[in-house]
Amino acid sequence: MASPLEINRLDQRLKGIITDAFPQAQIEYCLTCGMCVSGCPASGIEGLDPRKFLRLLLLGQDEELLSSNWIYACTLCARCRHACPMGIDIGRMVYVLRGLRPREERPPNLQRSCDLQKQSNSTGIPNEDFVWVVNDVLEEVRENEPEWRDLRAPIDKAGAEYYLNQNAKEPTVEPEEMVPLWKILHAVGIDWTYSSKWWDGANYCLFTGDPEDWEFTVRKQAETVDALGVRYYINTE
Amino acid sequence: MYYATLEGLRRFKIPHKFRFVSIITLYAQWIREGRLKVDPSWNKEGLRFTVQDPCKLVRQGIGDEVAEDLRFVIKAVAGEENFVDVWPNRSNNYCCGGGGGALQSGFVDNRRKYGELKFKQLMAVEPDVVITPCHNCHTQIKDLCDHYGGRWQTTHLWNWIVKALVNS
Repeated sequence: MASPLEINRLDQRLKGIITDAFPQAQIEYCLTCGMCVSGCPASGIEGLDPRKFLRLLLLGQDEELLSSNWIYACTLCARCRHACPMGIDIGRMVYVLRGLRPREERPPNLQRSCDLQKQSNSTGIPNEDFVWVVNDVLEEVRENEPEWRDLRAPIDKAGAEYYLNQNAKEPTVEPEEMVPLWKILHAVGIDWTYSSKWWDGANYCLFTGDPEDWEFTVRKQAETVDALGVRYYINTE
Repeated sequence: MYYATLEGLRRFKIPHKFRFVSIITLYAQWIREGRLKVDPSWNKEGLRFTVQDPCKLVRQGIGDEVAEDLRFVIKAVAGEENFVDVWPNRSNNYCCGGGGGALQSGFVDNRRKYGELKFKQLMAVEPDVVITPCHNCHTQIKDLCDHYGGRWQTTHLWNWIVKALVNS
């Protein structure tokens, strides 16, 4: 239930933090038109929606914002920004709020996915296992499907034209789902390679709220892919 | 996620020599060039296909261009007459509700409540197959289908490309 605001309890700390982290936030540009709310599937969850989020921020209701789990109901999908006539990017602000939450108070599995990603990949399987699974599945296809006996799944092939990343879900729980893409690449006849490190196609460090973790993982990927000397980096999703 | 790398390279000014591309763009390019030969005639039953536009690839990534490529590939693989689009679509599509870490965060009721809009949107086109070219979309849309009682198959695009492959 909404109640009148006590003007002496306005807190502008959060607004300052967000504006510092994201100088183009343009928080005051909001016309309160509600275009954001109308297309946001998170509207109403945890009693909030994108417009209310912005109002609370502008009206200095920092405690309410900092304690709300709406920041994890929002998927940072950017549809509100797409709809906003003033170009306000609420997802960027939600991202800042996620980062303000102490690590030990964040959703543990989300933080864990990023922590594992910083070691190699989001499911945490050892790189040797990834290599083993790829080769094992490949061998099975070559043995059992005569029309694909020449199928290949190169790893660390320097000088290939294309580098392909791989979502960690497949080698971890459904390795047979890697095969269709290999077959397509084989049918097209391109020269491609995986990498035995930093091979994960997802990146959960995009969602935890720490830019330095996100930067670290992308930098590792970029260095790895450049070291292979490929021309194209194919993202699979 | 396409955007994680694209925006990461951009925002943190990470030097790199490679060109960053989406597999969806390449599928479409290879089909247009005749390098990837597909034939939709396997779809004799007329399985009805629709698609989810992954936020990180479409709205936050390449934009409508890749959404068009995605539809072009599905039509080439499953038959033009067997594709039905959702509304809204492309850059204006709804997020499935599995992204942004929602599948990991543990707020399951919130995640499914979010996805109710996606479920209704998909149900409105009565699909047999929902193509999800992102792993988060795949897991979430499959879960929504099971939870709310849909009857479609939730699949990646590559399975159908292989089904439609013409061996030369």
